[in-house]
Amino acid sequence: MSQHVPVLIVIIPLVAALFVPLIALRTMAWARALTFLALLGVVACSGAALTRALATGPLHYELGGWAPPWGIVYVLDPLSGGMALLIGIVAALVAVYTQPYLKSWSTSRAGIFLSLFLLLVTGLLGIVVTGDLFNLYVFLEISSLAGYALLASGSIHSAVATFRYLIVGTIAATFYLLGVGYLYALTGSLNMADVAIRLSDIGHSGAFAVAITFIVVGLSIKAALFPLHGWLPDAYTYAPAPVIGFISAVMAKVGAYALFRVLYFVLRPTEAASQVLTGLSWVAAIAILAGSLLAIAQRDVRRMLAYSSISQMGYIFLGLALGTPSALKGALLHVLNHAIMKGCLFLAAGGVQWRTGGYRLEDFIGMSRRMPLTMAAIVLAAISMIGLPPTAGFFSKWYLVQGAIEAHAWVFAAVFIASSLLNAVYFFRLIEWAYLRQPKPQPSLSSPPLYQELPMQMLLPIWVLATSVLLLGLFNQSVVNGIIQYAIQPEGS
Amino acid sequence: MPVVLAHRPMLAVLVSLLAAVAILFSDRRPNLRETWSFLAAAITSALVFSLLPEVLQHGSLEATYIELLPGLALHLRADLFGMIFALLASVLWLVTTLYSIGYMRHGHYDHQTGYFACFAVCVSAAVGIAFSANLLTFFIFYEILTIATYPLVTHDRHDEALGGGRRYLAYTLGSGQMLFIAVISISLIAPGASFQPGGFLAGHASSGLLTLLFIFAILGISVKAAIMPLHGWLPTAMVAPTPVSALLHAVAVVKAGVFGCIRIVHYVFGIDVLHAIGADTALALLASATILVASIRALGEQNLKRRLAYSTISQLSYIVLGAAIGTPAALAGAMFHIVAHGFMKITLFFCAGAIYVKTHKVEIPDLGGLGRQMPITFGAFTIGALGLAGTPLCVGFISKWNLGLGALQGGHPLFLIVLVVSGLLNFAYFFPIVYRAFFGNAEHTFAFDEAPVTVSLPLVLTAVVSVLLGVYPNFGASTYDLAWQAAERVLASAASAGAAGGF
Repeated sequence: MSQHVPVLIVIIPLVAALFVPLIALRTMAWARALTFLALLGVVACSGAALTRALATGPLHYELGGWAPPWGIVYVLDPLSGGMALLIGIVAALVAVYTQPYLKSWSTSRAGIFLSLFLLLVTGLLGIVVTGDLFNLYVFLEISSLAGYALLASGSIHSAVATFRYLIVGTIAATFYLLGVGYLYALTGSLNMADVAIRLSDIGHSGAFAVAITFIVVGLSIKAALFPLHGWLPDAYTYAPAPVIGFISAVMAKVGAYALFRVLYFVLRPTEAASQVLTGLSWVAAIAILAGSLLAIAQRDVRRMLAYSSISQMGYIFLGLALGTPSALKGALLHVLNHAIMKGCLFLAAGGVQWRTGGYRLEDFIGMSRRMPLTMAAIVLAAISMIGLPPTAGFFSKWYLVQGAIEAHAWVFAAVFIASSLLNAVYFFRLIEWAYLRQPKPQPSLSSPPLYQELPMQMLLPIWVLATSVLLLGLFNQSVVNGIIQYAIQPEGS
Repeated sequence: MPVVLAHRPMLAVLVSLLAAVAILFSDRRPNLRETWSFLAAAITSALVFSLLPEVLQHGSLEATYIELLPGLALHLRADLFGMIFALLASVLWLVTTLYSIGYMRHGHYDHQTGYFACFAVCVSAAVGIAFSANLLTFFIFYEILTIATYPLVTHDRHDEALGGGRRYLAYTLGSGQMLFIAVISISLIAPGASFQPGGFLAGHASSGLLTLLFIFAILGISVKAAIMPLHGWLPTAMVAPTPVSALLHAVAVVKAGVFGCIRIVHYVFGIDVLHAIGADTALALLASATILVASIRALGEQNLKRRLAYSTISQLSYIVLGAAIGTPAALAGAMFHIVAHGFMKITLFFCAGAIYVKTHKVEIPDLGGLGRQMPITFGAFTIGALGLAGTPLCVGFISKWNLGLGALQGGHPLFLIVLVVSGLLNFAYFFPIVYRAFFGNAEHTFAFDEAPVTVSLPLVLTAVVSVLLGVYPNFGASTYDLAWQAAERVLASAASAGAAGGF
């Protein structure tokens, strides 16, 4: 049984996704329980796999018993194990958070929603655990298709916004596929480890440069790297809150993960790659600043957070592009930190919308009194987004700036610093509206209640994430020394 | 010297932090809430005082906790200099709590729970700053202090308060990032280093790099230390309730700035390193300019709290000047002035608050004759004002004497002149207030009508301590000895390091 752990990570949510809508037709409660159990299973399996990978080295699972490089292999090293665990935990928390939403929907809608959610999780987990370039494309499409459907499940606006995402996302996937095609033409293999070895033998050509460019562009679109971000704010704006919470927390990160995996484990930093990386670093730096500036321009908190994500994805990409050990540590730590804090922010902001019906800054007036615990979580996560100690965001920023200094990239160090201050502008504006602005005296008789916290099922995930923001800050060394420092070393190098 | 382990510094930090949580959860029971504040202030003070004999004996007590970054742990150390600031912060918290209760309840202020909670976090951060043993720990508490004071500055919620808050954040967060650059660069140059008397950076980097780092570090602390031209936030932050101004000015924020300045000059860089790159003279000149310009600006302010704000800006630079001169007497004077200015300035702010509580007057021209109505308050005000001007028998004289002596010993008579001129200017901007209060509005008779006792008792206490410290500088907590011992240790280490580096 235990040797099947790598494949179980993907199988469990996939099977659950098939049965959940059927069970939902009979008993909704069972469908919800099955979803949650499946996600707990993912957490348990990925936790076990990560522990084993850290103790005894990476786990390899040959699908159907076909040996690589012909068959598909799943690889669970500290990097993929850690990512799978992160996806599992965030998904389980979001599943809890979704409960009040599910109650307000019809059973067929709720069942399909849960099924799509599990499919999305399956796709993301598949991207993470696979050791095969083409299989990665398959899972990329599974997650994207499930993601389109989920994002479109809000209102009529969300369908239009998602259609745009669908077109852009398909182009992105095609770019990636083209890049993989070039690599296949060059090496005759699709297995990541095998391609890496063959590439080091045959050296680099123009075709290689084309391949790497296609892959980088494709995955950058998926990860919403500025200026390829256009789809993201609209898609986020109209989708249901739990969906944005999950997608913003992990989906873009998985794009970054895939890029990291392909760049550093398959292509390995080489001369052709380094030119692409230099270009990528400048694009990422611009993304950081542009995302923050655009976030300042928003008066809708959800769009503000969406643009903030674009900026924060820039942090991760810049760290990956700089490529020094500190920068890579910072990038991966930021993948984790940003998933936690942005998830917390979106879920908490979704909670405000659940109570007030809106996401505008005006809707946040008086929230510090009405929903003090939710707002406190927002403040904690916001401080972490700005990068103030002792929260998690400070420490990933520390590694990233250290990486920039080590690479003598002073401009990029300055970009991180400047972005911190820009983040402070829009997050403290939100805090000011929520805590300090006085509500206008309402002429209507129905004044909102004084104290109205969220239901426990929504509050608990928010606070698990908020507490993690603090704990991940104080104990970041256990993550960095325990997992990340092994995760940034490609196998056998 | 063997490392003496002690967890009491950490406890002192945690007690006030936990108090903040307890305060938040006692929202609907004001008496219980204020009990938490008192209890925490008393425990914190007791913990800090209990460290005093051992610190005087061993020089320092320390403990390291979780590793936050490679080689850099959350590291707390109670050393001679840190004790000065910790003592000041914890004792004044106790006094200010009493004052705040009287002031806030009498003024029927809203949001008192948030107020007392933030106050507790501020003190926790101030004690943390005092006990930080390395730059990272210092920076963490320094930023916590920034965030925790923001709600206090904006306490009144009106547009002016929000504007003041924004300005405060812009200055402090901006400078925090400058400090961040310095902290991260220094940690790369000298990995895992903790504060050392005499500094640890000598020989670690080229002089050009050191100059750059020093500029960033000073930019980082000079906002809180209100060194001109980065003082702009302080007068605007005066929109806050008076106990907050007292806290900002006398206890936590600005003192964290000047404390950090001395730490950076003498415990990170070392005066010899700075002398080699000429930074000590530059800093001293900057501080002198601030002393004089701020004093002159104070003359022109008609709002009492704003005049006090400019006086603070000027007085803080005494401390920066003493650090930059870097002779034993000057440094000891600078360290002692942290305490001296703390007690004198908090007295003045308490008085301003008492006047406001009683009469709602904030403009200096309106104060005519009020000294006859509130003789206790204005008596305390006079003591504080005399002390700040450096009159003998007041605590301000002790620090100023040492600063002047240090300036002469270092061969800088110019700085002595600055101090003397500043003393005269102090008289010029405080004396009219005192005169007007007691002798102005002569045709009108005033009945004795003092502020409530919760407001007037604290200000009498701090005024009495200001005098006692002036007569007997070691009163209560041996702060004068602490300052001298710390200064001598710093400069002895610097001298021996310089000698060793010379070969």
